[in-house]
Amino acid sequence: MRRFLRPGHDPVRERLKRDLFQFNKTVEHGFPHQPSALGYSPFLRLMAIGTRSGAIKLYGAPGVEFMGLHEENNTVMQIHFIPDQCQLVTLLDDNSLHLWSLKQHGGASELREEHRFTLRGPPGSPPSATQVTAVLPHSSREVLYLGTESGNIFVVELPSLRVLEDRTITPEAVLQRIPEDNCNRRSCELVEALQEHPKNPDQILIGYSRGLIVLWDLQNNKPTQHFLGSQQLENLYWQRDGSKFISCHYDGSYTQWPVSSDNRQSEPLENTVPYGPFPCKAISKIYWQTTKNGLPYIIFQGGMPRASYGDRHSISVIHGSQQTAFDFTSRVIDFFIIFSSDPAAEFDDPSALVALAEEELVVIDLKSAGWPAVHPPYLASLHCSAITCSHHVSNIPLKLWERIISAGSKQNIHYSSMPWPIDGGTNIAPDPPQRDLLLTGHEDGTVRFWDASGVCLHLLYKLSTVRVFLTDADPNDNMNTLGEDEWPPLRKVGTFDPYSDDPRLGIQKIYLCKYSGYLAVAGTAGQVLVMELNDEDAEHVVDHAEADLLQDQEGYRWKGHEKLKTRDGPVRFEAGFQPFVLVQCQPPAVVTSLALHSEWKLVAFGTSHGFGLFDHQQKRLVFVKCTLHPSDQLALEGPLSRVKSLKKSLRQSFRRIRRSRVSSRKRRGAGGNASEVQEANAKFDQDALQEMELAPVQRKIEARSAEDSFTGFVRTLYFADTFLRDSSRHCPSLWAGTNGGTVYAFCLRVPPAERRMDEPVRAEQAKEIQLMHRAPVVGIVVLDGRSTPLPEPLEVAHDLSKSPDMQGSHQLLVVSEEQFKVFTLPKVSSKLKLKLTALEGCRVRKVTVANFGSCKTDDYSENDLAVLTNLGDIQIISLPFLKLQIRYPCIRKEDVSGIASCVFTKYGQGFYLISPSEFERFSLSTKWLVEPRCIVDMPEVTSNNHVHNKSGTESAARKSSPDDCGEDERKSGRLMEHALLNDEKVLKEIQSTLEGGR
Amino acid sequence: MNRAQRGAAGSRGLGTMEVKSKFGAEFRRFSLERSKPGKFEEFYGLLQHVHKIPNVDVLVGYTDIHGDLLPINNDDNYHKAVSTANPLLRIFIQRKEDADYSAFGTDTMTRKKNVLSNVLRPDNHKKKPHIVISMPQDFRPVSSIIDVDILPETHRRVRLYKYGTDKPLGFYIRDGSSVRVTPHGLEKVPGIFISRLVPGGLAQSTGLLAVNDEVLEVNGIEVSGKSLDQVTDMMIANSRNLIITVRPANQRNNVVRNSRTSGSSGQSTESSLPSSTPNILGSLLQGEEESDDEDIIIEDSGEPQQIPKAAPTSESIESLSQIELLHESTQNGFLPSSEVNLNHSAGSISMEYEVPEQGRKSLEEDGTIITL
Repeated sequence: MRRFLRPGHDPVRERLKRDLFQFNKTVEHGFPHQPSALGYSPFLRLMAIGTRSGAIKLYGAPGVEFMGLHEENNTVMQIHFIPDQCQLVTLLDDNSLHLWSLKQHGGASELREEHRFTLRGPPGSPPSATQVTAVLPHSSREVLYLGTESGNIFVVELPSLRVLEDRTITPEAVLQRIPEDNCNRRSCELVEALQEHPKNPDQILIGYSRGLIVLWDLQNNKPTQHFLGSQQLENLYWQRDGSKFISCHYDGSYTQWPVSSDNRQSEPLENTVPYGPFPCKAISKIYWQTTKNGLPYIIFQGGMPRASYGDRHSISVIHGSQQTAFDFTSRVIDFFIIFSSDPAAEFDDPSALVALAEEELVVIDLKSAGWPAVHPPYLASLHCSAITCSHHVSNIPLKLWERIISAGSKQNIHYSSMPWPIDGGTNIAPDPPQRDLLLTGHEDGTVRFWDASGVCLHLLYKLSTVRVFLTDADPNDNMNTLGEDEWPPLRKVGTFDPYSDDPRLGIQKIYLCKYSGYLAVAGTAGQVLVMELNDEDAEHVVDHAEADLLQDQEGYRWKGHEKLKTRDGPVRFEAGFQPFVLVQCQPPAVVTSLALHSEWKLVAFGTSHGFGLFDHQQKRLVFVKCTLHPSDQLALEGPLSRVKSLKKSLRQSFRRIRRSRVSSRKRRGAGGNASEVQEANAKFDQDALQEMELAPVQRKIEARSAEDSFTGFVRTLYFADTFLRDSSRHCPSLWAGTNGGTVYAFCLRVPPAERRMDEPVRAEQAKEIQLMHRAPVVGIVVLDGRSTPLPEPLEVAHDLSKSPDMQGSHQLLVVSEEQFKVFTLPKVSSKLKLKLTALEGCRVRKVTVANFGSCKTDDYSENDLAVLTNLGDIQIISLPFLKLQIRYPCIRKEDVSGIASCVFTKYGQGFYLISPSEFERFSLSTKWLVEPRCIVDMPEVTSNNHVHNKSGTESAARKSSPDDCGEDERKSGRLMEHALLNDEKVLKEIQSTLEGGR
Repeated sequence: MNRAQRGAAGSRGLGTMEVKSKFGAEFRRFSLERSKPGKFEEFYGLLQHVHKIPNVDVLVGYTDIHGDLLPINNDDNYHKAVSTANPLLRIFIQRKEDADYSAFGTDTMTRKKNVLSNVLRPDNHKKKPHIVISMPQDFRPVSSIIDVDILPETHRRVRLYKYGTDKPLGFYIRDGSSVRVTPHGLEKVPGIFISRLVPGGLAQSTGLLAVNDEVLEVNGIEVSGKSLDQVTDMMIANSRNLIITVRPANQRNNVVRNSRTSGSSGQSTESSLPSSTPNILGSLLQGEEESDDEDIIIEDSGEPQQIPKAAPTSESIESLSQIELLHESTQNGFLPSSEVNLNHSAGSISMEYEVPEQGRKSLEEDGTIITL
């Protein structure tokens, strides 16, 4: 009863809780799921990506990121920046236009939706009349031209998004001035492209789908010239001086057209099918870039021979005799070229090609020989092979950090050294408080090391475990080895490769000791690798041992996959983490838990059959323990079982049906009027209810029994130096928790350092605890005499933690999916418990001890448990009293993979996958908050497009040097990067350079 | 009682236990391994074997230390019989078809005369079947209706005891909707309902739960606003001592109180969500139930034992009171006597048993001795 009367309303504690805990979703790392549109502002030097779920993300210099979400959650079809403005327009697939702007607020810029607008035709007109197909923001920044399916071009005023009806360019008006013999009304259906004349803002080029191209004079409202293309038009591009333009077509050809005021109808200068003569696919977009040396860059998407290369996703670059067709790993959504944006410059001088493919962003350096790729500082394709697990390590010592970076830099030699070309905005976020690593394990047997300290999740180093094993795939099988005279000249770019050679290679558990540089990695086929960081390439033999977890259990037959074959003899490893020990579990079931103790040089691993302890110093198996229940046949059937997955898949398919109904309702709602929507909803509800009554979803209520399947599944392993046997002597111990609610404790005898190689490590079972509620044990922690969790191995040795209190009595915290329990040690008696499931009906999915610091005072911090439940809620539970502090909804409960992917950091932050390719970062702490904070300054623009450098900010500085050629610009860009580091000296230097330039 | 003491003299060894079995007029003697009594089925088979009645359906009973004749029909009461036998286990066997169920129960052995009279006048006991409304210590409660005095009459709070039995709880729940009276009029709200009872399961055998009963609370926690999966997890987490408050679909069997005035909460049944009074009581019940999920520890590969409760230290008292609530020592799962405990006839066993008179005379007859 007291529980209900006083739910912890201690005002002091309540105030403290406000200083300690705060929930924020801070930033999304990785590559946007299902991108659908790309935009770029050469003025702001910002790139925008739209997605199929209605999100829009802006990226500039590393750390400069903005995100917006359209309420409608509809696919973003097009993104256009308003010239010389901090504004952009998005077109969604429901034909609505949205005006977004970057406004400064509280010292940082924010992306906000300003207006929305849907083009409406006269009553009774078909929807196609106003279906927008092309958008042209005019350089006057006053109007938008909207080409439609009907051939009308509507003019919309900015920023009010009001239609200026008298200025509409109708097909009739266009056709008046064009001889009727080669044109009719149908020639002007569907506006495919709208381009403004680069020199004369009063002229726009209108390309109609059927091939007719018209140069329209906005002043006199009449066509000045028309061009009759014979092929279906895909896109148009002006040459820089406005004397010519280029059109690309559905049949894989492109055509150059001359523009002159005296010629009303022009003939093409040149018509080329670059990958002819056989039928080719459409060229959907083309760039014509001029250079100082006269040879233009022609860059186009598509156009491959239909029969033999029609399935490739390519962008071709032709520069004189050089020609490369970049072959992307997934469909190309769109691309743009970064070139000299200064209007006074004579040539385009392209510097980089930025291509957005469905699964990754690829940037090609067009300035360096061989056109190498540029390593992106953000938008990493986390899913280039599916993520199978993740592990976070906070506060990496500088030494280890540098060694990892140096190992990684040796892997990145084939990347261009060009600085990141998309560098708009200024990152004003404080420097990340510490160096954090996020390690992701992948299906293809690789582990990727990400710099997770700041806003940009950046790949530092990639480790592959494949080399240790013999696989079917030949490592020398290189897709890039194409002959010289190969046609078309395809070159594979990008890293996205979702196809795993062998699913057994998949990484399941990772444990990195940040002090010693030891890394343990375990995989799907029961393989456990222990590695050491080596700064040099090395060739050595990997010691190999087998752990028979079934031991004396008779009559079992493993029906799953075979164990991986190992390579005999020495193996060459590149600099970085190099394996020196391989333990293979028998049966080769997936490794479900892993623990490494770098001080004792021991590694513990568990599968669904049992667990084992391996001494990686002496390279000797210390012991194995079978946890299998005699009646549990399913555990032997193979990789986690059919029965469960069937149940799960059934449940998921139900959910899918339900979800699809919801979304169809939404779609219906978008178009119709209110009463229709209501009617539809009512009908839907009725249908849903009926369906529910016909086939109710049932849940069986049954107590768990000892005979349930997978009770032996080892869920957690934990090393602790504690009082296991008596209260006078502490000793090393290994703890293991199973799916059936059993905790095993083993007393270890580790010889002292000087005799470490001579005497064997011994282990003896000391305790076995059976939790009566039999729920899976997901966490074990020992609390010292001050009720502080024991430090990590070597943490004390590195003076980073107070040594644990060995005087007071230790306590054991066992976290099962349903309860938290504190027991005394060494005599196990129950002290406290919190029955989460019985009270709330939720189950623990993830649990970590996290340290929370107060945002008010520097000297207060406390340890709590951060818990993620199966409902997607995050709860913070105090230690050691197990009091619920606070609860935040975080992940949708239907998002099973999101919940499964969640990792907590040691300082109250966390990550979970919101799509296969994106991590959402969140923070529970008031103190540790990593979120983007950046400024995009609007340079003043005068009528002659010259910029007065008043503010001395980065973008202003760049714009203000009209005479600089590309190289200087790059140099200043680089200098600016230093300026970001708040180096005043550099800032002055830049200013003087600029002044000197003038 | 004195018979049992007399038998103690004939104790054989420490590990074995003497069994004396009587069927009709015949006795058989054999011994059992006390520590490994085996399953009831095996014992049943053994009895059939030693009496050479392999295909005869029989009822098995034994006399306990109080001299009561109690049935053996499952592993639990068989083990109870073995563990309490001191040292002689007396078994009485009779054919199912001519079984007299009234013989079982307290004082059955001392009531012999009445039994005898029943045997002598068989028509008498057939007209008036003997109903035993007592709760012998050897029976476990399997279910009870509790909190009748404080719940609205339309609700029923059922406690299912799932420890020690192999019987499954045996029911399913589903989503559904029910109509409530709210200040804004009738309103359809989502609810959780019992969708299926497994034949032979605990839920069905109690007769207290039925398909389409609406589940309102689980161990004192309201389920409104919780999803089906959440309620499922709550029930499973509490499965060892499950208390569910339902609104029975069939409202005709409700408890009718004598005085309407006392059951004030029962008047406005639908108009309020399960009131707060049951809530508090439910939470109290939760405290009681804490005791029966004691974990087990095996130290140094010794014997398993229950984990004791640490004496709360001063620093943890405050939190303890919040989380643990009352902690009564009801170690064996028996209820504190204060609790209202109705054992419904459907769930409890009330059988009659007939012991032939001549059985008493030939107790000393030698039977075959088999050592297992």
